[in-house]
Amino acid sequence: MAHSSDLIAENIDEYLHQHQHKELLRFIACGSVDDGKSTLIGRLLYESRLVFDDHLAALEADSKRVGTQGGDLDFALLLDGLSAEREQGITIDVAYRFFSTARRKFIVADTPGHEQYTRNMITGASTADVAVILVDARKGLLTQTRRHSYLVSQIGVHTVVLAVNKMDLIGYDRAEFDRIEAEYRAFAAQLGITNITCIPLSALKGDNITERSANTAWYSGPTFMEYLETVPVEDVAHTEPMRMPVQWVNRPDLDFRGFSGTVVSGTVRPGMRVKALPSGLESTVARVVTFDGDLDEAQANQAVTLTLTDEIDISRGDVICDASNPAGVADRFEAHIVWMHEDAMTPGRPYLVKLGTRTVSATIAPPAHRVDVNTLRHQPADTLQMNEIGLCDVAFDRPVAFDPYAHNRDTGGFIVIDRMTNTTVAAGVIERATRAARNVHWHATDVDAAARASMNGHGAALVWFTGLSGAGKSTVANMVERRLHALGVHTYLLDGDNVRHGLNRDLGFSDGDRVENIRRVAEVGALMVDAGLVVLASFISPFAADRALARGVVPPGRFVEVFVDAPLDVAESRDPKGLYAKARAGEIAHFTGIDSPYEPPERPELHVRTDQASAEDAAQAVVDHLSSAGFLSPPSG
Amino acid sequence: MITTAPASTATNNERLTHLQRLEAESIHIMREAVSESERPVMLYSIGKDSSVMLHLARKAFFPSPLPFPLLHVDTTWKFREMIAFRDSIAREIDAELLVHINPDAVARGINPFDHGSALHTDIWKTEGLKQALGQHRFDLAFGGARRDEEKSRAKERVFSLRSAQHQWDPKRQRPELWRLYNARRNPGESVRVFPLSNWTELDVWQYIWLEGIPIVPLYFSKPRPVVERDGMLVMVDDDRMPLEPGEEPQMRSVRFRTLGCYPLTGAVESEADTLTQIIQEMLLTTSSERQGRAIDHDSSGSMERKKQEGYF
Repeated sequence: MAHSSDLIAENIDEYLHQHQHKELLRFIACGSVDDGKSTLIGRLLYESRLVFDDHLAALEADSKRVGTQGGDLDFALLLDGLSAEREQGITIDVAYRFFSTARRKFIVADTPGHEQYTRNMITGASTADVAVILVDARKGLLTQTRRHSYLVSQIGVHTVVLAVNKMDLIGYDRAEFDRIEAEYRAFAAQLGITNITCIPLSALKGDNITERSANTAWYSGPTFMEYLETVPVEDVAHTEPMRMPVQWVNRPDLDFRGFSGTVVSGTVRPGMRVKALPSGLESTVARVVTFDGDLDEAQANQAVTLTLTDEIDISRGDVICDASNPAGVADRFEAHIVWMHEDAMTPGRPYLVKLGTRTVSATIAPPAHRVDVNTLRHQPADTLQMNEIGLCDVAFDRPVAFDPYAHNRDTGGFIVIDRMTNTTVAAGVIERATRAARNVHWHATDVDAAARASMNGHGAALVWFTGLSGAGKSTVANMVERRLHALGVHTYLLDGDNVRHGLNRDLGFSDGDRVENIRRVAEVGALMVDAGLVVLASFISPFAADRALARGVVPPGRFVEVFVDAPLDVAESRDPKGLYAKARAGEIAHFTGIDSPYEPPERPELHVRTDQASAEDAAQAVVDHLSSAGFLSPPSG
Repeated sequence: MITTAPASTATNNERLTHLQRLEAESIHIMREAVSESERPVMLYSIGKDSSVMLHLARKAFFPSPLPFPLLHVDTTWKFREMIAFRDSIAREIDAELLVHINPDAVARGINPFDHGSALHTDIWKTEGLKQALGQHRFDLAFGGARRDEEKSRAKERVFSLRSAQHQWDPKRQRPELWRLYNARRNPGESVRVFPLSNWTELDVWQYIWLEGIPIVPLYFSKPRPVVERDGMLVMVDDDRMPLEPGEEPQMRSVRFRTLGCYPLTGAVESEADTLTQIIQEMLLTTSSERQGRAIDHDSSGSMERKKQEGYF
């Protein structure tokens, strides 16, 4: 029994003292329902007496009603969480379970074997010390066993226990167990999984779970629970150099300025020389402050507040490092990316990246390759779909402190966030920096259009919307601007309203003034294109010659003419400003379409029919055109 | 200004214990949450989990004062000792305490006797909480829920996104990797943050014992006036409780494993009047802590439904 009932009853103080010194072990359980994973975890909870009578009563009732064990206790039913999933009979997310013994507290990341497995397994494994990989003794190693092993090794879990379950169904056959073990060891060695233990067990019957089974007298290794209680916690965080990403500047008054954060690796003590990155400023630790008093030393995983002997500028997102062994600083990385969202990765599109406590804008290049998680083969790919892993170049918009993930999970692992929905769409692990920061920032360059485009992460263009009044130019242009903005593209919208009130307020509506109006708009647009913006100009501009003039003032290839087309009767029936009515009534002269001609573009870059497609579709067509023409991606080279 | 180090009061040469790890994780979560929100608030329910959460918050931001107010969504049906405890703690640590009482529930005279536990909880707590969050425009709220409390909570994120209507959509929850939490939200959306996600009931009690954290005296056994109703021992905390024919409050030695509205919170008979005895009883007991709460019994999956509606 995990909680010694006798000790609790007789000497609760001694019991509490023992339990106060427990360690924490986090592990991930990989396998499908068919492998008996839920049964195994359910049994661990049951054996550690964390199942109370009322839960047990519910379990007995559920076992009879929907159980798969013919009325016997179905431990798997202890685990199912959400009712929708329960009805489907599968779990489709990461659930966290807890149990403890006298020696350790355990946090189990319980992840399903099939649906959305990659996303969930990577999530569960990211905090795990150990991975439990289940196999069905009757089936031996399956594709999913290899996949699970690859994924946990990829996220840095190098200690694996292979739980060979359902030994009862193969008559506790030693030869078969030995064969599975040998095959697994040969495979796992290729993945860098260094610490492997194989245990024959039956979660259903209880063989080798907490007590050695008489059915496997030939097995001399630990029981499953013994293993979990004694497996050394592989904690590279303690041996790596000191890092503390700053979470919060702690400034209660003018006399105290501290930097609060979690020491993610190494140890820190007063007197230690430290370097703040990416600034590179150095100082010495004065105090390691906690609510419970100052510490002589803080180790990995402790949450503390550091004060320094010098007043140097440090803010949230900076990383305080051991000055003798600091982290790297770079803005371009090669990283393995795991895509986790239904919307595929869009190479070149700006995303937010959170690394440690710093959030920056970043773009991801098309993958160098994608990894087939079943065969481990590399495949060519243009993008990453949900649950796919690939090796990509990632360009941050500024230099950050980092370590390769293999050395440090906290300074080498990042999440990718969609700018528009704010949802977490991917995770990445840094393999190496591909460009050190100094090349970017300390190297003087002439600031020209190419340099601006490089900094903006996209190209520049003048997008000219032409068409009848009421054709939908402004509506479409507005939608395009919103979508571009969400994509992180710097935009500006020029339309009749915002230029006629200022720049062109001296102009009227004579033919000459209309030409001058267009000329000035085109010149302003050209300046903005030189400044690196995507400029959206929305003007009726009925005459081909005026539009040709506009095209001529921006550099070749940067003028995009969009013909927003609707037949006159449609535009007139919309009449959003009541202008057609006034023109028909003779209150406005020279009104395009009524008593002044509209010359349709002969070869516009894009022709959208707003009488046949919605404004949304028209806007998307514009965005797609700009994207395929390369205006929305970082300049190549 | 440079501060000098006072004599050290603590050393640690050994590996961290599980409680030290949990403590550090909770502090990390709180610092992230505060850094990534504009108007954070801590929901303070007066129970033992809130007491632990508040203690951790003081540690997280020390020596600064708490960078957020405490919010208690009062139902007017809490035990009187809870309210007295709440006010004294807030005074003692000099925290800003906001108390919200749903005016609609006051106007309609909502109570558990006439309206039943489901409606009572919905109007006072769920609606009251939404009102308070909306009125103060809080964009992030800390709650003391733990994943081990109930099956549907095992999959709850540490940072849980809520829609502008305060609803929880299981499909929109974000993957949480490493120590990286994403608190970003669109206008109107808010985030509920659960710093005690990975704590168990035993961890909470053990930590209270270790740290000497004050808790409401109702957790300790004492002779109290109770009546037995529907198999539950209900404490007669004030004269608003209608007694049924033949019901006569009896003085019995009881205590509470969880605290809520007094008519909905069952007492357990117990002689445990010290912390270690409580822990002893908890470890030897054979029923889960939520058993004493009427709210979970409505039907299987009821907690999940409440969560989708905006209950914590």
